[in-house]
Amino acid sequence: MIRRVIVLFVVGLFAIVFARMIGDYSELQGLRPLAEYFVSRGPVELGVPNIVTGILITYRGFDTLGEVAVLFMVAASVGLLLKKDGQAADTTPADAEEQRPPSEIVSSGATVLLPVIFAFGAYVIMNGHLSAGGGFQGGAIVASGSMLMLLARPDSSLNVAVLSVIESFAGVIYVCIGILGLVLAGGFLDGRFLPLGEFGAFFSAGAVPVISTLLGIKVGAELSVIIDRFRS
Amino acid sequence: MLELLLLLACASILTSGVLAVSLKNLMAAMVSSSLAGLFAAVSFLLLAAPDVAMAEAAIGSGLTTFIFLYAIRKTRSDGDAA
Repeated sequence: MIRRVIVLFVVGLFAIVFARMIGDYSELQGLRPLAEYFVSRGPVELGVPNIVTGILITYRGFDTLGEVAVLFMVAASVGLLLKKDGQAADTTPADAEEQRPPSEIVSSGATVLLPVIFAFGAYVIMNGHLSAGGGFQGGAIVASGSMLMLLARPDSSLNVAVLSVIESFAGVIYVCIGILGLVLAGGFLDGRFLPLGEFGAFFSAGAVPVISTLLGIKVGAELSVIIDRFRS
Repeated sequence: MLELLLLLACASILTSGVLAVSLKNLMAAMVSSSLAGLFAAVSFLLLAAPDVAMAEAAIGSGLTTFIFLYAIRKTRSDGDAA
């Protein structure tokens, strides 16, 4: 009874908060001053047609580094908590029963779709400074590709050791590029120590595509390791 | 037209969210929560935020579902009503 009352009270509070939000809502007629600053200065300063990626990787680069660090910690703690306990878990009858082969649709769909998914992920990562996407999104797409691979072939396994090494190297190079930006350009993770190049070209926007690629590798590897841990 | 689509997407998010909470079958609840993520991605796309939509579609409706799937499979006991 008392639980019901508390739940109703909390829901009522939320209702008041959201009602105020919706009641005061009016569509913005223009950008706010800060947004306008970034939208107008971003492409000029960084040479990035896709402002979202430019802001995520340069202006807000330190924040993105923190996000990736959080993801790394999540992957590490999931790995610690779901550590394989030797061979004991593999021999229980319940597990043997679960090892039935995937359906025809999943296995043949994976054969057709896997290269496409990985190629799309790589495209989203590398083209993040030109079109929608970037390291984080592309990494998630790559990880969903490896998820499909693990679903289609239950007996296969990811080489977690290699993935960890790749991921750590990507992280180290990411921080090194940040320090290079601090030394050679305006600040930490400032990508302007590389030439900006032609606006909209593939090789342009300073170090933004490089950072984006490293970010994609890191996120993809981390999410794949998390998935592999949950499976085992 | 855009507003109509957006309202439809929002109604779908609400419906699948409520279904995800109220369904007794864990598998069906999992699928409807991933549907909520998918419709959220669609609404982000309609609101001209393709970057966010991409992340939401890949993580919110792809990877989360997968992790739920394995968690449900590992934790289901024999006396479960599911």
